[in-house]
Amino acid sequence: MIAALAFYLFAAILLVSAVMVVTARNPVHAVLFLILAFFNASALFLLAGAEFLAMILVIVYVGAVAVLFLFVVMMLDVNFSQLREGFQRYAPIGAAVGLVLLVELALVLGGWKFAPGAASLRMAPIDPAVDNTRQLGQLLYTDYVLLFQAAGLVLLVAMIGAIVLTLRDRQTSRHQVIARQVARHPHETLVMMEVKTGAGVAELGILRPPVDEPEPAGDAHESHGHGGGH
Amino acid sequence: MIEFLKTPAGFAILTLVQALSLLVPLLILVAYLTYAERKVLGAMQLRKGPNVVGPFGLFQPFADAIKMLMKETIIPTGANRALFIMAPMLTFSLAMIAWAVIPVNDGWAIADINVGVLYLFAISSLGVYGIIIAGWASNSKYPFMGALRSAAQMVSYEVSMGFVMVTVLLCVGSLNLNDIVTAQTRLWFAVPLFPMFVIFFISTLAETNRSPFDLPEGESEIVAGFFVEYSSMSFALFFLGEYANMILMAAMTTILFLGGWLAPFGIAPFTWLPGPLWFFLKICAVLFVFLWVRATFPRYRYDQLMRLGWKVFLPFSLFYLVLVAGVLLAFGWLPNA
Repeated sequence: MIAALAFYLFAAILLVSAVMVVTARNPVHAVLFLILAFFNASALFLLAGAEFLAMILVIVYVGAVAVLFLFVVMMLDVNFSQLREGFQRYAPIGAAVGLVLLVELALVLGGWKFAPGAASLRMAPIDPAVDNTRQLGQLLYTDYVLLFQAAGLVLLVAMIGAIVLTLRDRQTSRHQVIARQVARHPHETLVMMEVKTGAGVAELGILRPPVDEPEPAGDAHESHGHGGGH
Repeated sequence: MIEFLKTPAGFAILTLVQALSLLVPLLILVAYLTYAERKVLGAMQLRKGPNVVGPFGLFQPFADAIKMLMKETIIPTGANRALFIMAPMLTFSLAMIAWAVIPVNDGWAIADINVGVLYLFAISSLGVYGIIIAGWASNSKYPFMGALRSAAQMVSYEVSMGFVMVTVLLCVGSLNLNDIVTAQTRLWFAVPLFPMFVIFFISTLAETNRSPFDLPEGESEIVAGFFVEYSSMSFALFFLGEYANMILMAAMTTILFLGGWLAPFGIAPFTWLPGPLWFFLKICAVLFVFLWVRATFPRYRYDQLMRLGWKVFLPFSLFYLVLVAGVLLAFGWLPNA
């Protein structure tokens, strides 16, 4: 009874917050509602006995992905009137995509009706004695390890692609070379001088920095970059 | 009586009592952690620290609490009201709910769940929301800067923390916190996994925004960071949440590496003390190092912080994870193999 009540509570909050994600005027509120939706989905997982999936959903989506979403959305300066201008133009495309998704969903759900074999697959027998973390590990790392690794490779390629597309080595930026900083000794950079009282420092040339050692060829553009650009 | 406790109402009352018996000592510990911090910092800087209110200044935390309660709660006009009020509550309650799975003694956890470590990791990764929402809802420059810093920092250090936890889990073969502690009966994980212990401790410093990684607050650069606009009780909730988080992280370090409630070496004079007391003492020892670090190191620069997280800790913890897995496999030490 309590489980059923909890299910309806979480499912209702999930649906309402999912609707709010699309309808909220403020994008930051939309992301926060998305987080609420994730939370309730994870609670539903818990009710279904999939505690590993529930925790991973919170760790990966709420703890990492949504933080970055929020990070980006907060920094964007969104112009709402401009956003609405495009609505008329893109509405047909959006509707078409939505329709395709709807048909796909209907096919997936209707599949149980059309293909009787699918219904039995849906209820794949799981051993109640083994906890579901172990079962997931068995499936991913033992039975389907090749597919799992292939998926990992696809993600790796995507990651490298994203880095290659966005990384520009700006020649003007000054990098800190920690190894060189650590390798320097005081006697290379510091000179002790005897200054006569009242003689001043200008004529002695004390304020002139000691001659720098030649820079390594690789980073010649940062001639005085020892301290880092800060 | 036993019959009554098995009914839903009895179960609810039992859980409430359990939660209170954990949270009330925790809040007192938080109060005295602020006192201990000021005393320890005072001693390390050759000052006296609080010594006026009560004997040895022992009532100072309560005086502070009353001062906070009496002050006016100010909500800036430009702030997003609902989120502004929600953020400190979120920080505080997240710091509290994580304690549900912490075992204080063998089997003494309010919820002894199978995925305890993941639960702790999930809750600690949510801590960033309190800060980021506070920074944004304040609608002010410094809090926003603090929030951005904090978001980047906490996401970065979570990665290496995750790898450290996976290494520990490899040696245990279970995600249950109780199993993790009992697996250390013969040898605490701090010994064979010492480098990971150090990485985990430093990551917890970054995760709790403690010095030398307190850039989200960085009072010399961005005033007080994400809680510039907060006053009175809303500020006090942030304060409590932050210190409760410190205690939580110390408890995590104790459970993962220092053998939880187990007495050192498991021999006679040490085993006379009960388990919860050992757990408490170990937490206090870790917390002392938190304070010690604060008195010793200057604040990191932001690029240094990012470099340490991504270029030093991440590759090293990944390498050590593979090394530990290889060693366990090669010598046949894998649990449940």
